[in-house]
Amino acid sequence: MSARGPRWLRCLLTWAGEHRRAATETIDRLARAPLGTLMTVAAIAIALALPATLLAITDNLEALADDWRRGAALSLFLAPELDETTAEALAAALRLRIDIDRVDVISRAQGLAELREHSGLGSAVEQLPDNPLPVVLGVYPAADLTPGDDVDALLASLAVLPGVDFAQADAQWIRRLNAILSLLREGVLLLGAMLALGVVLVVGNTIRLETENRRDEIQVMDLVGATGAFIRRPFLYAGAWYGLLGGLLAWALVDAAMWLLQAPAGRVAALYDAELQLTALDLRQSLSLLGVGTLLGVVGSRIAVGRHLARLRPV
Amino acid sequence: MIELAHVSKRYPERGDALRDLSFRLEAGEMAFLTGHSGAGKSTLLKLIGLLERPSHGSIRVGGEDLARLPRRRIPAHRRRIGMVFQDHRLLAGRSVFDNVALPLVTAGMPRDEIGRRVRAALDQVGLLKLERALPLTLSSGEQQRVGIARAVVGRPEVILADEPTGNLDPDLSREIFRLFERFHQLGVSLLIATHDLALIRAMGHRTLVLKQGRLVADAIPRPPAPQAAPEPVS
Ligand SMILES: Nc1ncnc2c1ncn2[C@@H]1O[C@H](COP(=O)(O)OP(=O)(O)OP(=O)(O)O)[C@@H](O)[C@H]1O
Ligand SMILES: [Mg+2]
Repeated sequence: MSARGPRWLRCLLTWAGEHRRAATETIDRLARAPLGTLMTVAAIAIALALPATLLAITDNLEALADDWRRGAALSLFLAPELDETTAEALAAALRLRIDIDRVDVISRAQGLAELREHSGLGSAVEQLPDNPLPVVLGVYPAADLTPGDDVDALLASLAVLPGVDFAQADAQWIRRLNAILSLLREGVLLLGAMLALGVVLVVGNTIRLETENRRDEIQVMDLVGATGAFIRRPFLYAGAWYGLLGGLLAWALVDAAMWLLQAPAGRVAALYDAELQLTALDLRQSLSLLGVGTLLGVVGSRIAVGRHLARLRPV
Repeated sequence: MIELAHVSKRYPERGDALRDLSFRLEAGEMAFLTGHSGAGKSTLLKLIGLLERPSHGSIRVGGEDLARLPRRRIPAHRRRIGMVFQDHRLLAGRSVFDNVALPLVTAGMPRDEIGRRVRAALDQVGLLKLERALPLTLSSGEQQRVGIARAVVGRPEVILADEPTGNLDPDLSREIFRLFERFHQLGVSLLIATHDLALIRAMGHRTLVLKQGRLVADAIPRPPAPQAAPEPVS
């Protein structure tokens, strides 16, 4: 016999062995009823995939919005009489501020060229006797300013600088985008919470049926002095497996969804002159998905076995 | 070893199953528990095994007051007691070996030790050859012996048996009782509920008689005359 090592070590190894055995035995058990297992796993996967897909979409929109926000400059229209040297001096002063990332000086000539290029007025612009445009400073707020309040305050402070005729930010749509994004995030959270409860219920119900099927076995174990932990162990492993497999399938579903959405999303982005490369869940999110699935499985099965044991052992 | 003081058990709507019961069973003592159906024999054993709690009175096992035992210590209490049931309560899907090993497995004992102990217990009940069999392929008497092996494998201080020979023929019953006697000689305390008055009388151990939940007699029955020679113990 392999009576090597001190007794506590053998007990520890036995304990680890019992866990390994519980884990493999439960997966065997699940594999022996593939259809039932698949249905439970699929239900879990769908419940996990829905909020995860929404989350991935929100993340992608957020990244896109971030680019747009960063690209959005505040325009300071300087007084017409100010020449480019004064404008450069003002720009240099503004560059020293910590709430400002970058300042571009758009000279009158550049402004006119842009106007010719983008306005569609073309040669009509050429007909102007004088360049009527002022010098414009493109001010890019520092990245740590929150689009909205901080940037609004910055804009107000710039508008009253001497030499500035008026300041303008195309901030309205950014604010709307932010509102929509935070609504989406809250929605994902709410949907996620509801569907997490769904996963707990699905696993709980599956495990409840399992405990009913194995009622005799559980009762005998209790009679011969098995602890609650020992009786629960295989069921907790079953719940963990359901959750983990559900998480894996959900991950695949999210990936597939993002792949399917890539083409239409690209077309939408093209309308806005943007490029959109949808990314699926990153490593941390993928692991979280598996972890959350497993945890919910364990919780659902813990509740089901706990209720069963409480009824079985009134003492 | 087991000490009951003024124990009552009342089931709501059904009335008193046990009324003001007091007795002691010393360590190493073997006693029978008898009485009509419904007298409260099973209820008494359930209270000692902590499958249920008494409505009144106190029960001490090995000096420990069961009323003070929290839920989490009940498994350890059950492992100090070996229980044998009339309907065996074996797991149909597991081999004889695994059934007998169950109390040790649940106690987290190392595998090698489990193997040794299970084989020793199966040897004691004479079923070493059948360790791989499934319970349903065994005869009733063999199943009961598996149940007994499971009860003794954890080396309990007490064995509680509830009509262990309820559906066995007289020869098998005698065989089972002889087995119990052997554990008695090894120093285990035994409390055995049974209807089999002939066997009780033949074995000459202390007998507690219950009637409608009350203890109405506690004595060693007079051996039948002429006295049978004590069974040789092998
Ligand atoms: N769980 C229960 N709920 C309600 N009443 C019960 C319960 N268990 C036992 N009783 C009642 O308690 C009384 C004693 O029952 P018990 O099973 O202890 O009798 P017994 O002596 O073992 O009888 P038998 O010889 O038929 O096994 C009976 O009247 C029975 O109906
Ligand atoms: Mg009974």
